[in-house]
Amino acid sequence: MRIYVCVKHVPDTAATIRIKADGHIDENITFIMNPYDENAVEEAVRLKKQTSDAEVIAISLGKESAEATLRSAMAMGADRGILIKSATDHDSLSTARSLCSAIQADGAPDVIFTGREAIDSEGFQTMFHLGAFLGFPAVSNAVAFELSGTSVKVTCEMEAGNLEHVQMDMPCVIGAGKDLNQPSYPKLPDILKARNKPITVLELSDLEMELPASRVEMVGIEPLKEERQPDNIEGTVDEIAGAMVKVLRDKAKVLDG
Amino acid sequence: MTKVGFLIEMKNGKVKPACLGVISAAHDNKTERVALLLEGGSAESVEILEAHGIQRVVQITSANGAIPWHAEQWAGAVVQAMEHFNIQTLMGLASAQGKNILSRVAARLGAPLVMDCTAVDLSDQTATKSQFSGKAAARFRTHGKYHLYGMRPNALDPVTMPGDAMLETFQAEIEETGITVLEVKKGASDLVDLTEADVIISGGRGMQNKDNFDILFKFAKQISAAVGASRVAVDAGWVSHTMQVGQTGKTVSPKVYIACGISGSVQHFAGMKTAGIIIAINLDPNAAIMHKCDYAVCADLFDVIPVLTRKLKEITA
Repeated sequence: MRIYVCVKHVPDTAATIRIKADGHIDENITFIMNPYDENAVEEAVRLKKQTSDAEVIAISLGKESAEATLRSAMAMGADRGILIKSATDHDSLSTARSLCSAIQADGAPDVIFTGREAIDSEGFQTMFHLGAFLGFPAVSNAVAFELSGTSVKVTCEMEAGNLEHVQMDMPCVIGAGKDLNQPSYPKLPDILKARNKPITVLELSDLEMELPASRVEMVGIEPLKEERQPDNIEGTVDEIAGAMVKVLRDKAKVLDG
Repeated sequence: MTKVGFLIEMKNGKVKPACLGVISAAHDNKTERVALLLEGGSAESVEILEAHGIQRVVQITSANGAIPWHAEQWAGAVVQAMEHFNIQTLMGLASAQGKNILSRVAARLGAPLVMDCTAVDLSDQTATKSQFSGKAAARFRTHGKYHLYGMRPNALDPVTMPGDAMLETFQAEIEETGITVLEVKKGASDLVDLTEADVIISGGRGMQNKDNFDILFKFAKQISAAVGASRVAVDAGWVSHTMQVGQTGKTVSPKVYIACGISGSVQHFAGMKTAGIIIAINLDPNAAIMHKCDYAVCADLFDVIPVLTRKLKEITA
């Protein structure tokens, strides 16, 4: 079984994002594996353990520095990595197109895992575009996954606590949600071992494809400011609660429904 | 005249109010506004849609009547309707359902889709959305034959624009998709989804344990609010991850966000900074959130919230 897992190298959740004059972010910050991709890697490795003769291949589209995220995936148990090197940012369509071409050039997948979203670009759609390019069924926000003969059973979180159970043909694409599993911290020997696992480095021009003409272009970016001037609500508990009621009723107008 | 399609979502048989807000993005006299419904094309739905500027209501069905929930089949049916009615701009909600359906529609059409927009300008096909989990806002332009936008619920207020809408039916072909829906397990129907709630009350470290969240649920029940949590409360196992607000949880934009015993980390703020009004209740006046809110309440949440709930009960009784 060939299991691919798509990972993205993203700014750390704790990092302060500074926008430079050229409209790009100051990348002099810590980068990590996209948190949802950790769930994707964990599930891929779990699936590998349940099947004989399986291989987990981590794949990333990004700058040279994204190698670090591929190494993290390999420390978690992926067998090897593919880095599609690109100096520019990509929208979901061209990301999916590139991943699709690199995967097809590498081999025939049985299951492909991604995170349900990347925390930097927040597109929520790469798994569906990837599925469409490959002709595979895709789901996202998976919170349970199991192999069931030649198909898979997946539970996806819908809104307000609703869950959907589906059966999918293989090959398929699965977008991992946070509740899918608890990613394990790699142990030191695994981290050391990951250093020697192979990574194939590709240029975008190595892939036999044309990037889609339809695209989403970023035309401007600015930091979202947190400018609020707090009013203090003080007094006895009763006065405080009374003042809060006023805010809810008169300012926010949320009590008339 | 440009045509804009709106993917309409229903909740308990009614058009979701947040969908009506989305329509207001295209309230000009150069646009024909078409509502696409996969469920619930009742007279009541048509009435509320036409009161908010919709000119045509298209109920998408199959040869066997309404199409039962199946995200991929729904998306396929929407694509067929878009082609039939020559709709090249489609807007919907960035709700759980919208993220599912709109993304699938985009994938089928190979179309650009901007998800979770806080503003859209159809005249130049640009949309504003958060980046880096709410730490920045970027403007995007979509290029191609199709233009798809998923609006963040509550980002636009519903605006009335009375008119008359035609109700018509479009019969779609149901395709084989490689996905079989085995079962949909519904949560409690009175549960308000975090991403769509007008009011959210969230608990953090200050909640101390799982049971204490009850006072937040009691408050929420009183005014149909949703209950959220910080990562600390989720990691401690007090509540489920589905309730987490923040960078690795949900991004929300309610009219009022009440933070109870939450210090206000950068990651938490990323998930709720576009809220209309932020009220922070914290015993520590120096907690970060107390300087980044609209109303700071330096008091014990265990004293304040029950009294607040009781007062609300008196008002709504």
